[in-house]
Amino acid sequence: MSPNPQPAVEVSGLVKRYGSKTAVDGLDLVQEPGTVLALLGPNGAGKTTTVEICEGFRAADDGTVRVLGLAPGDDALRPRIGVMPQGGGGYPGIRALEMLNLVAACAAQPLDPQWLIEVLGLSGVVRTPYKRLSGGQQQRLSLACALIGRPELVFLDEPTAGMDPQARRLVWDLVGALKDDGVSVLLTTHLMDEAEALADNVVIIDQGRVVAQGTPAELTANRPDDQQLRFRARPGLDTSLLSAALPEGLKVREATRGQYVVEGLIDPQVVSTVTSWCAQQGVLAEELTVAKRSLEDVFLELTGRELRS
Amino acid sequence: MTTFAPGTFKPAPGRGSLARMLFVHARTEAMLTLRNGEQILLTVIIPLALLVALSLMSVIPMPEPRVGSATARIFALAIISSAFTGQAIALGFDRRYGVLKRLAASALPRWLLVAGRVCGALVVVAIQIVLLAVTALILGWKFPLAGLPWVVLLIVLGTLTFGALGVLLGGALRAEIVLALANIIWFVLLMVGGVALSVPVGFVHLLPSAALAQALETAVVQGTAPGVGPVAVLVAWGVVAGALATRTTKLT
Repeated sequence: MSPNPQPAVEVSGLVKRYGSKTAVDGLDLVQEPGTVLALLGPNGAGKTTTVEICEGFRAADDGTVRVLGLAPGDDALRPRIGVMPQGGGGYPGIRALEMLNLVAACAAQPLDPQWLIEVLGLSGVVRTPYKRLSGGQQQRLSLACALIGRPELVFLDEPTAGMDPQARRLVWDLVGALKDDGVSVLLTTHLMDEAEALADNVVIIDQGRVVAQGTPAELTANRPDDQQLRFRARPGLDTSLLSAALPEGLKVREATRGQYVVEGLIDPQVVSTVTSWCAQQGVLAEELTVAKRSLEDVFLELTGRELRS
Repeated sequence: MTTFAPGTFKPAPGRGSLARMLFVHARTEAMLTLRNGEQILLTVIIPLALLVALSLMSVIPMPEPRVGSATARIFALAIISSAFTGQAIALGFDRRYGVLKRLAASALPRWLLVAGRVCGALVVVAIQIVLLAVTALILGWKFPLAGLPWVVLLIVLGTLTFGALGVLLGGALRAEIVLALANIIWFVLLMVGGVALSVPVGFVHLLPSAALAQALETAVVQGTAPGVGPVAVLVAWGVVAGALATRTTKLT
């Protein structure tokens, strides 16, 4: 397939207000075709609003949005995109295969609904009406509905919300397979590991604005001296001797009771120094880990640690 | 880890055929109604029971010929039951469960979303009418065949008008409120709306329920064209309700 120069999604200066509240406040993003882009943000950050504007469900107050080069809501666009709305959607009394057959009828060359039902592990509940499916099962059916029409671009709004770990893995595998086959995927999540595992690019949004974007590696990139060695030991150890033994520039502190942190450039020599110091103290260093910044650290740094109402 | 053969999800987008979309959507709508026990009670059992009662129990006042009048009025009630009350409740809960949004996100054009529901409703009404008509024949009613085209026309018009009213109610309010209101209105129309248990007086003539019952009575009993008045009342309610519903109906 020849590379398509047109972005899958292109949003610039997007603004959306609900009454006096500004949900999206001048948001820009570009998704290259065939890539997976994760919109990451806390609840109420404007993720769903942004996605629903791209899907054509809501009108923007300002800014421009182009999806596969077309305006959202364009009749020519809808057959080309797959949509998994937040929380799914189905007739309360319909059975999974009936719902999928209905959505399949809307597509020119749909996937086999029976096969997709099996892939998504819904074969055991084919007689169950939609309203009695669990949240995770409804989500899986909704994902099937998003994929059945063989779209070029899929929007997945919190695709793994309410799913058990097995189903989550399956969704991750599916997103990987979509990407391998050249499908663009735009997903929203507030799960760091999900964004880190799936996305080529992550856009962190908060209060309707982009606060950071890049590949997961870029976002979590450490400066060489920005590493941590953590270990657990008896509380209240005198760390001054350890400080003296460590190379210049490394800092030691007892972060929480019994949890020690060495910050700086961690090399094998540092690890060795720490363990021999522990041996001298007659304590065993437990849970010794060398960690780089996780996407979660980046996220909390950017969006704050306090709970949002 | 689940693996998929390369190319499984290779994009091949496109819209399905309109005829097939309409067929599958209408079939789904009709099937879901016919599978729903409460809907069957409201749309089939109660009208059938009332038809038998009105035909056989002379304590309830009913113009002669008794079975013919009862049949016409129960036709009207059956249409109100499914096109208005049933449709409103179904729509209220369909919105709650996100199906309108789900379908609006597919390649289904918006007009087809409405057309599919209308066709589904007409299929259900056709089944109701056949069951009621067979019962009326068993009860001894002889239809004047000359009225048949008018009966069909009025059934379609009644379904569209009450369907528009049902969408107006079910498309805007919360599901529980829709459920309560749609049933209360059904009961009020049955009791005093000029449908079955009362003769319309005063402004009741201007209600779509009385208009439909009156027009159907003319066609079913006399086999002649209904009066212009009742038909105009029905059309007016339908047009106003439809115009309002296009503004007030929400997907969720």
